[in-house]
Amino acid sequence: MKILLVGNPNVGKSVVFSRLTGVDVVVSNYPGTTVEYTNGSMRIGEETSELIDTPGTYSLEPRSKVEEVTAQMIKEADVVINVVDSTNLERNLYLTLELLELDIPLIVALNMWDEAKHLGIEIDREKLEEILRIPVIPTVAVTGEGIKELVSRISEAKSPDVKKHTRDDRWVDIGKIVKEVQVVRHRHHTIGERIADATIRPLTGVPFALAVLAVTFMMVALVGEGLKSILFDPIFELYKPLVMQLSLLLGYGTPLHYILVGELSGGGIDFMESLGLLTTGLYVPFAVILPYIVAFYFMLSVLEDSGYLPRLATLMDNIFHRLGMHGHGIVPVFLGLGCNVPGIIATRTLETRKQRFIAATLMAIAVPCMGQTAMIFAILGDRVEYLYLIFITLILVYVIGGLIMNRFVQGECPEIFLEVPPYRRPSLKTLLKKTLLRVKWFLADAIPWLFFGIFLVNMLYTLGFLDLIGGIFAPLVESWFGLPREVVVVLLAGFLRKDLAVGMLLSPRISGMMTPEQFVVTAVVLTMYFPCAASFATLFKELGLRDTIESALIMVSTAFLVGGILRIILLGF
Amino acid sequence: MRLTDLRRKERGRIIGFEGGHGFQRNLETMGVRKGKVVETLAIQPLGGPIVIKVDNMTITIGRGMAMKVLVERL
Repeated sequence: MKILLVGNPNVGKSVVFSRLTGVDVVVSNYPGTTVEYTNGSMRIGEETSELIDTPGTYSLEPRSKVEEVTAQMIKEADVVINVVDSTNLERNLYLTLELLELDIPLIVALNMWDEAKHLGIEIDREKLEEILRIPVIPTVAVTGEGIKELVSRISEAKSPDVKKHTRDDRWVDIGKIVKEVQVVRHRHHTIGERIADATIRPLTGVPFALAVLAVTFMMVALVGEGLKSILFDPIFELYKPLVMQLSLLLGYGTPLHYILVGELSGGGIDFMESLGLLTTGLYVPFAVILPYIVAFYFMLSVLEDSGYLPRLATLMDNIFHRLGMHGHGIVPVFLGLGCNVPGIIATRTLETRKQRFIAATLMAIAVPCMGQTAMIFAILGDRVEYLYLIFITLILVYVIGGLIMNRFVQGECPEIFLEVPPYRRPSLKTLLKKTLLRVKWFLADAIPWLFFGIFLVNMLYTLGFLDLIGGIFAPLVESWFGLPREVVVVLLAGFLRKDLAVGMLLSPRISGMMTPEQFVVTAVVLTMYFPCAASFATLFKELGLRDTIESALIMVSTAFLVGGILRIILLGF
Repeated sequence: MRLTDLRRKERGRIIGFEGGHGFQRNLETMGVRKGKVVETLAIQPLGGPIVIKVDNMTITIGRGMAMKVLVERL
């Protein structure tokens, strides 16, 4: 049996999904976290059924690409569980009535039941059940309340005969239903609500937003650094003698030594520079990048679960609208700062092709992923002015690129129209769980690629292939960007993974010849010229062939242009 | 008058829409429809969006869209 979870955005479908299947999925307090469907299985009595979590939709007549997915999937369902936000019964019932008109057995979960009570909303569940003629179960998915009853009553899901409505009579009917089943006690604005309102008003909201962003990035840097020096570095110090033993065993200069341990510097192992699989191959992902990934995803989760992101989207809308998107474009940027892949996928929440094209292209050009950022930190950590230089350049490129594309990319550019959820206090348990989930993705994705990348680079060096390629592109890199020819290899590695590429700059073969200014130029060009393999594949999947080629051309030319300008400013002719 | 004519903290009742069918439908499915009482919570500067409250929902709506929502002040 195929059971579908369907409902408006941000009503807690994904939380219900985790409750029913035991599968952990990312949930957040803003509409549009789920943009792809998720599969799981659940047991009802003796039978195992397939349960599918769908992206939220307000209506079965889709408005964006995300909503289309849901409308398509419903047609194949055996049972639909309609998750309804009890605090907004009226609006949610529209989708419920639409679902009732389909020929698919339906059951309603009145979620956020506790919050509704809190807001002074009373819903007569039995009466609602009577009117709709399908089971209606109050639930509080975050605590698990009512979930058992929901499961036990899935078999009662029904598809009663309902006359087809026009849109207008659907609203008339909803009005009647709400009048019969719901009583709302009037309440005054609480202090909490007043403070919440202040964070979305320009005069108070903008300073607050700046403070939130500053604290967020400072926390990422501090917590990342802390984790590295207190936890991960000591672990690698314990590990070092083991690799030294291995090094002696293999014998310096043998091919296997070169691949596994890499170069020795001053008779010892330098984890950053050796470039062996068991040295740099482990150290870079685990000790250099992982701490920052953990810190970043934790802070991102705080922003997501508190419900702040839609407020930030509102305040930023003005700027983003001029860049051809609207305020919601800030959400993909945040996700992209972790990893571009989920960032590019999240551009689906934007409505038109133009908006998605601009958002995805700017992401690939100017949003460095955490792996890359962590490596840049590792190299330039003590030269803050150069860090600022890199990130201010990228922000400028994002804004100017958006202004230009908004003029030239064809298509519509609809305005922001976004539900702002109430603030919620994030639960530490959920935050940690979510961080862990995302860190797992990172590790599953990063480790194989980094291993493969280091292995490949070593092999190609040994075979002399890289010198050959280096020779071909050297004139370009030397004359246009003012960089040593060895950087060609770095740029090649960037096609695989950006963090790997930045890491290679530390190899003694290269680092000795670079000034910090040249490093800045390299880091910026490396961010912009092309996405890493995984991001490129995602881009292709999201944009299609033609737009991907167009997008790639924009990336390459921007990299040349900006790299060239930076070179003139920083290095002279 | 239009939704954009309401000042902050003012309330109005929606009496109609200008603009196409699709537009009206989008607003309706989010709960912004004829007869509803809206309160303006915030007005972003320089032609930015406005933030309104309808029932228990807070909604950010672009200025251009808000211009097409007709209201009477309460």
